[in-house]
Amino acid sequence: MALDLMKEKGTPLEQQKFDWRDIVQVPTSKLDDDAFTRVRIILMNGIESEALRFQHACARVNKELQPALARVRRIEQHQQTMINWLLPADLSPLETTIGFEQVAIEVTASVAQHEPDPYLAQVYRFGLLEDFDHLYRFSALMDRVTGADANNILQCYTDILPGRPTSLEHRAPEDDLRECYDRKTAQPISKLNAGTIMAGENQTHDYYMTIGPMFADPVARQLYAEIASIEEQHVTQYESIIDPEETWLEKWLMHEATEIYNYYSCLAYETNPRVKAIWDRMLAYELGHLHYVMDVFRKFEKRDLSEFIPASLPEPIEYRSHRNFVRKVLKEEVSFRAQGKEIGKKPETSASRSYREQMNSKGSPSEMIAAGYKWKPGTELAEETPDIKKLEKRVA
Amino acid sequence: MKSREMPERRAEVTEAELFFNRTGIMANPDLGAELLQGAKKTIPSSESDGKQVDANRADYLNEGLPIGSPPVIVINDQQGEEALAADADRMSVLLDKLGERLAFERQGTRLYEAFIQKLEQIASEESAGPSSEDLRHICEEELEHFKVLQKAISGIGGDATVETPSADVVGVLSYGIMQIVSDPRTTIPQTLQAILSAELADNDGWQMLKELAGQLGFSDLETKCEKAFEEEQEHLENVRGWLSEITLSEGVGEERIPEPKTHRRSAKRLKRSAEPRSSKRTKNVRRKSTKKRK
Repeated sequence: MALDLMKEKGTPLEQQKFDWRDIVQVPTSKLDDDAFTRVRIILMNGIESEALRFQHACARVNKELQPALARVRRIEQHQQTMINWLLPADLSPLETTIGFEQVAIEVTASVAQHEPDPYLAQVYRFGLLEDFDHLYRFSALMDRVTGADANNILQCYTDILPGRPTSLEHRAPEDDLRECYDRKTAQPISKLNAGTIMAGENQTHDYYMTIGPMFADPVARQLYAEIASIEEQHVTQYESIIDPEETWLEKWLMHEATEIYNYYSCLAYETNPRVKAIWDRMLAYELGHLHYVMDVFRKFEKRDLSEFIPASLPEPIEYRSHRNFVRKVLKEEVSFRAQGKEIGKKPETSASRSYREQMNSKGSPSEMIAAGYKWKPGTELAEETPDIKKLEKRVA
Repeated sequence: MKSREMPERRAEVTEAELFFNRTGIMANPDLGAELLQGAKKTIPSSESDGKQVDANRADYLNEGLPIGSPPVIVINDQQGEEALAADADRMSVLLDKLGERLAFERQGTRLYEAFIQKLEQIASEESAGPSSEDLRHICEEELEHFKVLQKAISGIGGDATVETPSADVVGVLSYGIMQIVSDPRTTIPQTLQAILSAELADNDGWQMLKELAGQLGFSDLETKCEKAFEEEQEHLENVRGWLSEITLSEGVGEERIPEPKTHRRSAKRLKRSAEPRSSKRTKNVRRKSTKKRK
């Protein structure tokens, strides 16, 4: 399904309407809906959250754009609510966390494989192994404190294994900054990828900062403190790969294009018909936003839009298990470290080593909670039943 | 350089001021009076007899979408396809309830592990309340119950790793219990209060499961449920007894507590208590309430 961004006008802004009953739909099912439906809901909440964040930042320094930004942002906010409220109330904060890390792993894995710029692809693979380890730590927390099995959320799509150890992810700030793409030469997919992953990580950081203090267990509180700190590092990393020379209006257009690309990807893969209808509607709304912003752009900048708006969208993000790819990256790159803007088998800077030593000086929550942890079906407490033994033989 | 002028500081806050419950209106009578005065002048922005709220909720109720689907038999080597199909609803109910119990026992094991750690850190050598051996015994039985249920589910062709709708519901119900038990600020009696809620639910759960297994003709399972139910009754009685002892001891003074009832002890437990204690309690004084009476 090709989508021509210049021709498809979507829903005009004045027809983009909501009411409270419309916004607050019956949520999805934690038990019955496919894990990737939840992944898409979480990601799209992050994409809309980023839209609001950007549009507020833009408004603070561009008075003449404030009315247009306020108009579009109001709609984005209601879209965000509609999407985020699809998550059900029986999905606990820790279960939602497992969902967040699944988003980070599977979406970043898809992005890394389709990123044409080898340097940027390396940046995504680097972050991927860190989020992968976060999933392992949170799964250990879930098992050992609440007695629950993280695979009930992951639905077998994503491995629960150690990645690059969280305790080793703490770096000096300068070792989180990367080279950015060149706005004039980068392929559209590179810009869409960067916007997508940055949005996901920023949302994850904000979420852990919100729920961390809701846990009574002190080790849980410390684990969230530790991993939230890494997520902030990730936001710094992904933000830095975006060309800061893009003008505000160019960035606004790229944000709208990123939203379109993501709704288009969700629509391509969605299995729940109710949710699919929402993706379809939101895609039409975002096309409306894009054309609205194009008109704003034409008033203020005299550049050809085709310089940076792609004629058609790249292939959608692949919402499927990327197990084999992740295991390959794990095997080949878990020992990679960052030294300034470079990633690879390099010694780290003394700044990063000192910083890490300081942060871990009274112990590492991520090491503590997952000491000796190996995921088992039904949790560590479970015995291996005959049906599980038979399952193992399928891949032996 | 001139030093910055600082606002006049009030005297250091006393311990009584730090540890004072401020939530009631009488904690601040002057401000409370102003609050009441303002509230009495309230003119609500809309009048309603609550029917609008009910209608709003009814709309969602009428959508009829469930929390999730019941579990099904995944490995069928016991009956033909037709018999399985005819039996599907009854088996789903059984699997749902088995899954609920399993999730509860598994979480219960983790709750008692956390409780044991708390007890060993903060309990004194005084006699009121449980010993760590008492809790360990319960913890081991919770784990045993979990394993029995695992085998039972897998034995009838179900998937013991499924989170059933009833398991999901009890997970939400017991979230608060987990928070209380794992909170380092909660006392032993507060933790016991939370555990009591868990044991009450657990008792009813096993009783229902036993009846269901019996009605559906699973006599072996019914026997296992009967045994687990007896053990859970012992847990409940003991937890109740400990909580009562401690509460009365704190409330009325130890000298006025009636002679404690002898808690039912299984033969296993009696044998254990005759063995020398392997864990030592710390000599930390049990955390007392820091509330100062005015």
